[in-house]
Amino acid sequence: MSTATADIHEVPAESRVHYLNARYGIKSWLLTLDHKRIGLLYLGTITFMFLIGGIAATLMRLNLIEPQGALVEPETYNKLFSTHGIVMVFFFLVPSIPATLGNFLIPLMIGARDVAFPKLNLMSWYIFVTGCCCMLYAVMTGGVDTGWTFYTPYSSTYAHTSVLLAALGIFIAGFSSILTGLNFIVTIHKMRAPGMTWFRLPLFIWSMYATSMIFVLGTPVIAVTLLLLGLERILHVGIFDPALGGDPLLFQHLFWFYSHPAVYIMILPGMGVVSELIPAFSRKRIFGYSFVAFSSLAIAVISFVVWGHHMFVTGQSVYAGLVFSVLSFLVAIPSAIKVFNWTATLYKGSISYQAPMLYALGFIGLFTMGGLTGLFLASLATDVHLNGTYFIVAHFHYIMVGGAVMAYLGGIHYWWPKITGRLYPDLWARFSALVIFVGFNLTFFPQFVLGYLGMPRRYAMYPAEFQSLNVLSSAGASVLAVGYVIPLVYLIWSLKYGPPAGPNPWKAKGLEWTIQSPPPTENFEETPIVTEEAYNYPTVGGVSV
Amino acid sequence: MSEHPGHSAHTLHEHIVPVSTYVAVFIALMFGTALTTWVAYHNLGRWNSVVALIIAVAKMLLVVLFFMHVKYNKGLSRIVIVGGFFWLGIMITLSLSDELTRRWEINPAPFNMILPYISHLHLLF
Amino acid sequence: MSDLAVHEHEANPTGFAHQFEDLEQQHDAGRLGMWIFLATEILFFGGMFTSYTIYRSLHPAAFDIGSHLLEVKFGATNTAVLICSSLTMALSIHSAQTGKRKGTIIGWLIFTMLLGATFLFLKFRFEWYHDWLEHIMPGFGFVYRPEWGANGPQVQMFMCFYFFLTGLHALHMIVGLGILTVLVIMAARGRFTTQYYVPLEISGLYWHFVDIVWIFLFPLLYLIGGRYSTGGH
Repeated sequence: MSTATADIHEVPAESRVHYLNARYGIKSWLLTLDHKRIGLLYLGTITFMFLIGGIAATLMRLNLIEPQGALVEPETYNKLFSTHGIVMVFFFLVPSIPATLGNFLIPLMIGARDVAFPKLNLMSWYIFVTGCCCMLYAVMTGGVDTGWTFYTPYSSTYAHTSVLLAALGIFIAGFSSILTGLNFIVTIHKMRAPGMTWFRLPLFIWSMYATSMIFVLGTPVIAVTLLLLGLERILHVGIFDPALGGDPLLFQHLFWFYSHPAVYIMILPGMGVVSELIPAFSRKRIFGYSFVAFSSLAIAVISFVVWGHHMFVTGQSVYAGLVFSVLSFLVAIPSAIKVFNWTATLYKGSISYQAPMLYALGFIGLFTMGGLTGLFLASLATDVHLNGTYFIVAHFHYIMVGGAVMAYLGGIHYWWPKITGRLYPDLWARFSALVIFVGFNLTFFPQFVLGYLGMPRRYAMYPAEFQSLNVLSSAGASVLAVGYVIPLVYLIWSLKYGPPAGPNPWKAKGLEWTIQSPPPTENFEETPIVTEEAYNYPTVGGVSV
Repeated sequence: MSEHPGHSAHTLHEHIVPVSTYVAVFIALMFGTALTTWVAYHNLGRWNSVVALIIAVAKMLLVVLFFMHVKYNKGLSRIVIVGGFFWLGIMITLSLSDELTRRWEINPAPFNMILPYISHLHLLF
Repeated sequence: MSDLAVHEHEANPTGFAHQFEDLEQQHDAGRLGMWIFLATEILFFGGMFTSYTIYRSLHPAAFDIGSHLLEVKFGATNTAVLICSSLTMALSIHSAQTGKRKGTIIGWLIFTMLLGATFLFLKFRFEWYHDWLEHIMPGFGFVYRPEWGANGPQVQMFMCFYFFLTGLHALHMIVGLGILTVLVIMAARGRFTTQYYVPLEISGLYWHFVDIVWIFLFPLLYLIGGRYSTGGH
């Protein structure tokens, strides 16, 4: 971006001061105000939470190998899927890309020295860790069996598990989301370098901005909903109890007012990452920049008016259902805009299939499948058949794992050289991307079929005729698990043994690639002046070189 | 930093609201409080709620525009606060769209009126 | 939020933080941050208001009965007290803007705090405590009264919303008093000048917002139950 790009020469990371070696010791990490270090603190925390959620998922899939349940009691199974859902949604996916890559990259990408409120940023991490501890304590003291949705009146009246603690954990972690979103919005508005106009921003920033909007406007509602749930559970005053005049569906309205947009908290940052990866590995300007940018905002807005499609069969008025169904279809428009623009970017690009690009291409395919099956569920009539079945489980895993997690891993691989200053073994990375893609499809494609055939979700047992597909799915889950372990190994390996990356190993555009890897603590020695738009890759005769 | 896109170039000079304005707004707010209390003791039927809310919104606008200086600060703060209320509006409207129509009969009157027309729509295709 | 911004500035006497290019950028960031926080707060209280609206529409009779359990004289007095405190808060900022002595700024701030404390005192001592004595505090020995008939549970629900909404509001007031205490200390150290009063300003935004919440709570909880039918208490 800056014309100074060419002047950056590789300086060995050992021989200069950067954010990783500026200060040492546990205190220098726990009290850091550096957005880059805070990003890494989040990275460690959510990796741990991913492990917890992953263990729960593994046990579930093991149990489902046999129709009667191979491993655990049904009560334990209920706790496993609840733990898996709560941990993965609230403690991994929601903070995944924003809190790690977002924290690390936003100031670098816009040419700032830090986020607008560094202390608030560190406080967000501590709040998040407190929420995690609460949740883990809930898991250890008997677990929670309500599912991640906490539907009333089961959660408020009948469940005898650690509902309050788990809800408290989510409540606390929510404040971390709010403060992170607030910090990002202010940073993006007020901290951009000279010349970094809105339409020169990398698309990752646009998607982080849209995500932050949802953080700020949606999260307080789940906070107050969980407060009401706690109140009802402690005092039994009838807020969600029909016997006392309450309405259980009100809980669902308030819950999904946040939790449907939360799906876009998970996928929007992934879309932002992919919007960076596709141009970088096609050596081509993104097709339709402003369409991709505004579709992020459109998704953020529309995500708030579609929540009723989760309630088509829970007793919601059919007239409201009609409205929500129509509105739900609207989300397909900005999502499709993005997919078409990424595909058009690939066209006549000079594509290289390095590991991050494999993840990005995987994202496009899997997200498209997840999105299109979402249309089945947005239609009132088909949803009656498919609601509560494995079809839904497969659908949202195609979005959340096939989409969000693929993009998260792609982003980690893309910016790993910038974060650590080291390269990882590309062959292993490509191999693991392939393993994850295969394992993922093997796990979740059979679930589409299972759901369509009528197998309900959230049961520890199932009729014997579903066994072959379930075994297939469990086999896929083991492949997937191996796929997740491989990157963990070689990325940690690369910290010590990886060859130095240099400032810009991918020859990519963007301010973050104009500085040394790892970046200095202050990011930019002098504030950069931006004169180019994003993704200004050279072309010859309209073809990327 | 005149080329900084994030904020304008001029140095710090805020609009200073005169004390008289503050006092006038204060008096208006007190009057509004008295008015809304007074009205509550008079039977206006369903309009009681409407009047109470209108007065509350008016009082809110006075606080936001003058005490919170939004009248003098253009741009972002307005967008943020309008956005907040817009999202609140989404939540209330769509929740009520369910709660208020859940007890409707299968084909309520307005629906019955258009039913003969839409039931033949398939002939168009 | 502003609390943090306040600490941010205690690091050095000019109140300038390293990540910004200049003071104005820092001030703009602080203001925008507070506005966004307030948008969050709108949705936070909004979730409660939505639930309240829906239940009020489902159980109008019970909510009218519940509303009559509240005393308008305290609600109205407290509204007036909060409006006064908003005025004094605005005047404290005004005195910083116009370069008044620090004693003047501190005076207005302490006046604001006293009004806030008055609000809380009236709320807890003459309303909450009284309700507890009368057994209309949900969860703390709530007793259905015979004259409510079948509406008992829903009256309890109204009282539940009443305590939850006013409780959350009171919590915000208490946080506000904490922020004001920090501001008084900063003012006593002579931190505020005609060029630098952003902590005052954004704390003021917060204080006014809490006032606005009450401006809605007062009619919603105390008044729209139709005071005319019984002539009030």
